[in-house]
Amino acid sequence: MLAMYKKELRGYLHSVTGFVYAAFMLLVLGIFTSVISFSSASSHYEYVYYNCAFVFLIAVPILTMRSVAEERRQRTDQLLYSLPVSTAQIVLGKYFAMLTVFAVPAVISCLYPLILHAFDPSGLLSYGAIYTAVLAFLFLGAALLAIGMFMSSLTENQIVAAILSFAVMLVCYLMDQLKDNLPSTSGATMIGLAVLIILFSLLVLLITRNRTAAWIVFVVFEVPVVVISFVKPELLEGMLPKVFGTLSVFERFYVFANGLFDIKALVYFASIAFLFVFCTVQSMEKRRWS
Amino acid sequence: MIEVKHLVKRYGNHLAVDDLSFTVEQGQIYGFLGPNGAGKSTTMNILTGCLAATSGEVRINGYDIFKQPLQAKAAIGYLPEQPPLYPDMTVREYLDFVAQMKRVAKKTRADAVRGVMEKTGLTDVQDRLIKNLSKGYKQRVGLAQAILGDPKVIILDEPTVGLDPAQIIEIRNVIRGLAEEHTVIFSSHILSEVNEICSRVLIIAGGKLVAENTPEELEAQFIGTPALHVTLQGDPEAADAAVQPLEQVDSCEHTDAQEDGTFMLHLTYAPGTSVKSARLALSRALSDAGCLILGIEESKASLEDVFMELISQDTDLTAGAQEGEADPNTEPLEVDAQALLDGTVGSAYDAHEAFDAPAAQPQDAPDETQTPPEAAQSTQEEAHEDAGNV
Repeated sequence: MLAMYKKELRGYLHSVTGFVYAAFMLLVLGIFTSVISFSSASSHYEYVYYNCAFVFLIAVPILTMRSVAEERRQRTDQLLYSLPVSTAQIVLGKYFAMLTVFAVPAVISCLYPLILHAFDPSGLLSYGAIYTAVLAFLFLGAALLAIGMFMSSLTENQIVAAILSFAVMLVCYLMDQLKDNLPSTSGATMIGLAVLIILFSLLVLLITRNRTAAWIVFVVFEVPVVVISFVKPELLEGMLPKVFGTLSVFERFYVFANGLFDIKALVYFASIAFLFVFCTVQSMEKRRWS
Repeated sequence: MIEVKHLVKRYGNHLAVDDLSFTVEQGQIYGFLGPNGAGKSTTMNILTGCLAATSGEVRINGYDIFKQPLQAKAAIGYLPEQPPLYPDMTVREYLDFVAQMKRVAKKTRADAVRGVMEKTGLTDVQDRLIKNLSKGYKQRVGLAQAILGDPKVIILDEPTVGLDPAQIIEIRNVIRGLAEEHTVIFSSHILSEVNEICSRVLIIAGGKLVAENTPEELEAQFIGTPALHVTLQGDPEAADAAVQPLEQVDSCEHTDAQEDGTFMLHLTYAPGTSVKSARLALSRALSDAGCLILGIEESKASLEDVFMELISQDTDLTAGAQEGEADPNTEPLEVDAQALLDGTVGSAYDAHEAFDAPAAQPQDAPDETQTPPEAAQSTQEEAHEDAGNV
């Protein structure tokens, strides 16, 4: 795993990817630092991270698109499969490398509040809130990078991978506004859930290329929804916003930017990261069975 | 060393490997021979754990590749058809990475990398980026990667494809050198190459093992007695009449006399005759018949003919157009030699010549010379499907 990690890290540093990302991230952090701390003279430095969250829309595709897709395209996946190393170790090596590259600018930004300290004689800055926000920012990144890496493992074209992960990032980003505008009547919920279930089944079909599996997934989820909508429709009321709420990754981060420490959210980010790293491993394993 | 039992690999409806079983012993060079789409690459990918089999068992060094992949893979070095290289790394970085992945101890790693670079002649280009290397050097980097860490078995998938003749000879020498300490399996469709460096040959066609033996024995087994082509001056009928009754001669055919009075006699020895006694008897009989010998040429069919024969037989079988007593379920090594000979002896000579011309692309030869058109097409389609799937 260490060998893979070092190799990937070197890959980011030898190509422009790592530097472009770091420069971009530091630029955005710098702009918001100057806007919030200097122009607005706010003592809430944690808002900087709140405002920077949109960076993930671009940063995640950039950092993840190559990771697995490129191995496939240049056929180096055959090398990895034939080496005495498990797929999990390979994927983890890649994942931690991209996590490291991602974390460097965020860690550098930890210095900014210390610099601001010089301009803050009355001690208005809350370091607890600021560094909690940084921690949540890192966790959010860890979750989103795992999703991006999984997207990269679905294709051998890095552009397709980038577009896929951008689309997913966009949906996640807009989700907290989207979900408040969703209808909450039971009829609309049934239709909305049906659409979701169809999309999910199509995803299963895309990944497994197995029609039976996709149909099983569809039936297992759809039947209870239909049954409930006829037997006890009031149960479905307000379900749709709730279901979409579970997908609202960014919203859980905004809580931290408001100065709250939400351990549930950290667990949520860690679970997403674990889930998608696991899915990436499965996606790579699956290719050997194709 | 390697045990393969009843290996089957199915891509949808296409059967790429069909109940393949063989064993590989230590310290030999095995040649994996077969036309394109025969299942060579698929088999190699399964042996190295890159691909899962539909059913069957593969044991490397006693470890099952599916159940104990890490131990099994530790004993293997693999060079796939397309060398798996990272274009943005230098040669040394790349080999160092592979050495780390193969868990070569830190103390010996630099030496191991230096060692394989020397063996494969990469020392001069060690600091160049792989993407800037020529095809031959890339192939060598792939080879270096495979032999790094001293694996017991080295599996090479068409290691000489796309190289110039000098590079081919170099790579062959490297492979030969490897056999001293390792078991080498390599696939190829260049027959002379297999003939030259392998101690054993496995011929597969249509996903099945059709023959396995040493190159010499394969030749001996399938060729039997050599055929003679005698150029004579005189009366064809008289020569024929004089030669036919000889007990050393099995069959005899003559061509019509040309304008300058020369003609040719094609004959085969009877089984068990020594070449010398046959030639003596022949020479005496012909001079008695008043024919002067201008030249004698012996056509001894080579591994190429064995290969062509086995392959064309297989494609005939799959096309449902086989003749005579050839049995579709024939066990490897027990292919009816006589049935083969009936076809071979007459055509061996032509096949041999046909083979020399397109030596660069011998895979085309079976299609052109011996396979019926529909069979040829089906082989190509199979090859195409295979390439698409792998």
